[in-house]
Amino acid sequence: MISLANPTRFLSLVERLVPWLTGATLILLAAGLYLAFFVAPPDYQQGETVRIMFVHVPAAWLAMFGYALIALSALGTLIWRHPLADVAAKAAAPIGATFTFIALVTGSLWGKPMWGAYWVWDARLTSMLVLFLLYLGLIALWQAIEEPGRAGRAAAILALVGAVNLPIIKFSVDWWNTLHQPASVLRAGGPTIDPSLLTPLFVMAVAFALLFVLLHLMAMRAEILRRRVRALQQTQVAHAALAEA
Amino acid sequence: MKAALALLRRDIMLAWREGGAIGVALGFYLVVVAIMPLGLGPDLNLLSRIAPGVLWVALLLAALLAADRIFHNDYEDGALDVLMTGPLPLPLVAATKSLAHWLTTGVPLALLAPVLGLLLNLPLAASPWLVLAMLAGTPAVSFIAAIGASLTLGLRRSGLLLALLVLPLYVPVLIFGVATVSAATTGPGSPWPPFLMLCALSLASIVLAPFAAALALRTALR
Repeated sequence: MISLANPTRFLSLVERLVPWLTGATLILLAAGLYLAFFVAPPDYQQGETVRIMFVHVPAAWLAMFGYALIALSALGTLIWRHPLADVAAKAAAPIGATFTFIALVTGSLWGKPMWGAYWVWDARLTSMLVLFLLYLGLIALWQAIEEPGRAGRAAAILALVGAVNLPIIKFSVDWWNTLHQPASVLRAGGPTIDPSLLTPLFVMAVAFALLFVLLHLMAMRAEILRRRVRALQQTQVAHAALAEA
Repeated sequence: MKAALALLRRDIMLAWREGGAIGVALGFYLVVVAIMPLGLGPDLNLLSRIAPGVLWVALLLAALLAADRIFHNDYEDGALDVLMTGPLPLPLVAATKSLAHWLTTGVPLALLAPVLGLLLNLPLAASPWLVLAMLAGTPAVSFIAAIGASLTLGLRRSGLLLALLVLPLYVPVLIFGVATVSAATTGPGSPWPPFLMLCALSLASIVLAPFAAALALRTALR
């Protein structure tokens, strides 16, 4: 982590990683989608609609993972003052928000045939919607503050305050009577899903995770370069003002 | 300790003399609750069923309107810089200002609520629980609003941004607040469990929020 604090070294690492990550992501996505749509059997109760699970569940996992990443980066900004921590947080917010949106929409499309409603206000759905709103708040705060240092620290504080939502999401299906499926994978006693459905799910989850990392690294690279441009512009303006004076 | 009490008295007197601040929040509360039946229709049964929710949502919005005030005036005239370099630790400053906000905005709104409940056909028998629930929940509202106010200090459109940032954090307060009042009016179940959760939320916010607000103030005034 410390060696990566140097933006130039980080950028060169990203340049080397991106081609491999792109290849791995594409291969795993193709494999996962093939397994999900052609190999996995239809569910005995839900029929073919169970295949939405292979997109919905990994998207929801990555949505929470994204926010956890932002919360950890927030600690990096506030406690260790790691130079790239706020870049990581800023880059992850739109990606995490998109995964949350995908989870909400695919879940809604799954809910209509299964529950008869596009949306219900049960604990899991409500807390995921709150997660989406927290992401939007973070992005709005980043946009509102011009100076990147102050924006990074303010967003870090907000991210940590909102991190209390993550355990609420995870345990919402245990603490409340919910319509949403209770924990079937990450639970005491092991997964309750049959391996024929579990394997495509894990492949899709790894594929989504690689996609997240790939997009995140590319976004971080873009943000670092954006800040360099901004610094150059400021130097230019300062020199012009000095020349005039 | 005397310094903290002096700061509290100063903030309360400023809010009181500004007059408009407390009055505007109460007026906004009245207006929002009054236009709900105009939009939803005069069916008294429907209104009495949704009264707890409407009263709580309007309270949150009214409290948010006044949240800007917590640090903004002192930021504008430099008093905040003096407070930051003064003898009081910054979290205590933030806590004192949040307490002042609660006393000048949260408590008046909570006391006005039963009167507005009459507009929504809320049974008068539920008023004690309504006021109790709101008095228990509004400290959380004020202290969390202080976090939002300190994060958005000095920004453009800070009022809207503050609402966007803080309303998702209010969801637990809203859920338990409405649960308390609903349990008191129609049941089933006792209003005590959600009421105690509301108290827990307020106590947690009173203890933790000032540290976040102080950190955000330091960030804003670096």
